[in-house]
Amino acid sequence: MLWFILRRCGSALIVLFLASILIFLGIRALPGDPATVMAGEEASPAVVAAIRHEFGLDKPLPAQYLDYVRQTLTGNLGRSTQDQLPVIDIIAERLPVTLELSMLAMLIAIVVGVGAGIAAAVRRGRLADYVATGFGLAGLSVPHFWLGLLGILLFAVTWRVLPASGYVPFTQDPAANLQRMILPALVLGTGFAAILMRQTRSAMLGALSADYVRTARSKGLSEAKVVGAHALRNSMTTVVTVLGLQLGALISGAVVTEQIFVIPGFGKLTVDAVLTRNYPVIQAVVLITVIGYVLVNLLVDIAYAYLNPRIRLAGGSRD
Amino acid sequence: MSLLEITDLTVGFDTEDGLVQAVRNISLTLDEGEILALCGESGCGKSVTAMSVPRLLPPDTTRLSGSVKLDGRELTTLPDRDMRHVRGKDVSVVFQEPMTSLNPSFTVGYQITEVLRRHERLSRQAARSRAVELLELVGIPAPRRRMEEYPHQLSGGMRQRVMIAIAVACSPRVLIADEPTTALDVTIQAGVLDVFRDLRDRLGTAIILITHDLGVVADIADRAVVMYAGRAVEQATVTELFANPRHPYTVGLMNALPSAAVNGRLAEIPGMVPSPLTDPDECAFQARCSRAQDDCRAARPPLERHAEDHLAACYHPGGKR
Repeated sequence: MLWFILRRCGSALIVLFLASILIFLGIRALPGDPATVMAGEEASPAVVAAIRHEFGLDKPLPAQYLDYVRQTLTGNLGRSTQDQLPVIDIIAERLPVTLELSMLAMLIAIVVGVGAGIAAAVRRGRLADYVATGFGLAGLSVPHFWLGLLGILLFAVTWRVLPASGYVPFTQDPAANLQRMILPALVLGTGFAAILMRQTRSAMLGALSADYVRTARSKGLSEAKVVGAHALRNSMTTVVTVLGLQLGALISGAVVTEQIFVIPGFGKLTVDAVLTRNYPVIQAVVLITVIGYVLVNLLVDIAYAYLNPRIRLAGGSRD
Repeated sequence: MSLLEITDLTVGFDTEDGLVQAVRNISLTLDEGEILALCGESGCGKSVTAMSVPRLLPPDTTRLSGSVKLDGRELTTLPDRDMRHVRGKDVSVVFQEPMTSLNPSFTVGYQITEVLRRHERLSRQAARSRAVELLELVGIPAPRRRMEEYPHQLSGGMRQRVMIAIAVACSPRVLIADEPTTALDVTIQAGVLDVFRDLRDRLGTAIILITHDLGVVADIADRAVVMYAGRAVEQATVTELFANPRHPYTVGLMNALPSAAVNGRLAEIPGMVPSPLTDPDECAFQARCSRAQDDCRAARPPLERHAEDHLAACYHPGGKR
């Protein structure tokens, strides 16, 4: 198992290296010159050149890349071209906000999605199944921005039970924080829950008709044990895969959701950075996203191995 | 009183095409320590008959009538809760597919101790040492190490032995073995059959053996019920059945055995099994039978006593191969 994890970590590092090159090149392939943006439209060419020199933008590309890697490894992600603040500080301020939002959304999605998926599979063809699949389809079809606006309209404007927007740090006032985060997390988690529900349902349907479930029943086990241990354990692989794959959707969903609810998170930072061609910030945002992806996939692989002994013990088969 | 008494059992399934009758008016008994073979081709209703005992048929679509009594206790109307105490304890099952019948995500040890902890209320430690004994009983070498292994690390024969260990863990009164050797190599088959024989001799377990293989029947069973199209067509002790088969379908099955092959070619029974959707009042086998006459098409032959310990449903019985 340890060897398996080490191997996976090695390949994760390679992915990160390749990704860093792509990030570096990709951002420079975009049209638009950040020095011009920073200097303002009326600035003289001399000022633009000075800014370009100050940020090392006049060096050859390989030199710029080496600078970039060296600085990144030492935690120096450069300064924002917008307000001269260190990018690492901006990230440190914004990332936890989005992590909280994503974790809440994921938690909601797992509880609702997996729960509804199991219920739908167990009660296949009955009311619970139709309700779950119906809501699942709706959850998949409704775009985040529309659901967000609808949520604000209902909860904040009509019923006045939740604030419409804004953000309070968790450390400052946990209750106020959750009050403001719950609606965005629900909005963000809905599509995710729908996807999880569908995947869990089909995985559970497969597992429930498997021979080993019949064996479990023949042992006289309770239905809770048959479903909750024997069938669910084998369905979890699918669920974990979807969980990993959908993280990307969660991040892009966070961008939209944070815009609607005016949450100063990572997604909003990304949009603002792109609009102002804030190279250092965009680079950092993409890098952090890539690291997030690689980490999640690593965790998914490890979870696979935990859930599926055939992966963990690969090579040990006597068949 | 017999250990198990099945009386007038009829089982159908709701399908999109209507009610499919899988089993019609089967009656049979099983005594303690007896090995009863249910034989016939695929779809003849032998598995459905046996699975009606522990009620392992899909509850939503199954239409069952008749009576199944274990030690005089009616099982067909038992509440689910009580039925779960019967399954795995009084009645247990060894399924056909050893490759898929064990859960790939749990160790062999867990899957055996689970049933012990459920029915015998054993402690974790006691269940583990009992499980090791069981693995020894079914002839698995190095049982302690096997406890920690997963099904995919075992061969098909070993997995089937594990299945048997699970099935006999709580010393069941009745063990149902559904084609237990069909998916195994011939060399492994004999070993698995020995395990069954040994269990019967040591624990007095009564066994219902479902098989289409008359070789297996001759090898291990005391009595056999031959089924065709959902009905019992012949029922006798195994020695009597092989010495003196009455029903032409039984004769056909015997002629299809490799040992009975003429010029290296297996004899086959011509024609097809009738549809389970309809049930005309005639002998279900008449369309495929060389002895069929007008009376076979006029009314269904009843299952009648033809000799001591020998029932058959045929108007023109007898005749060797």
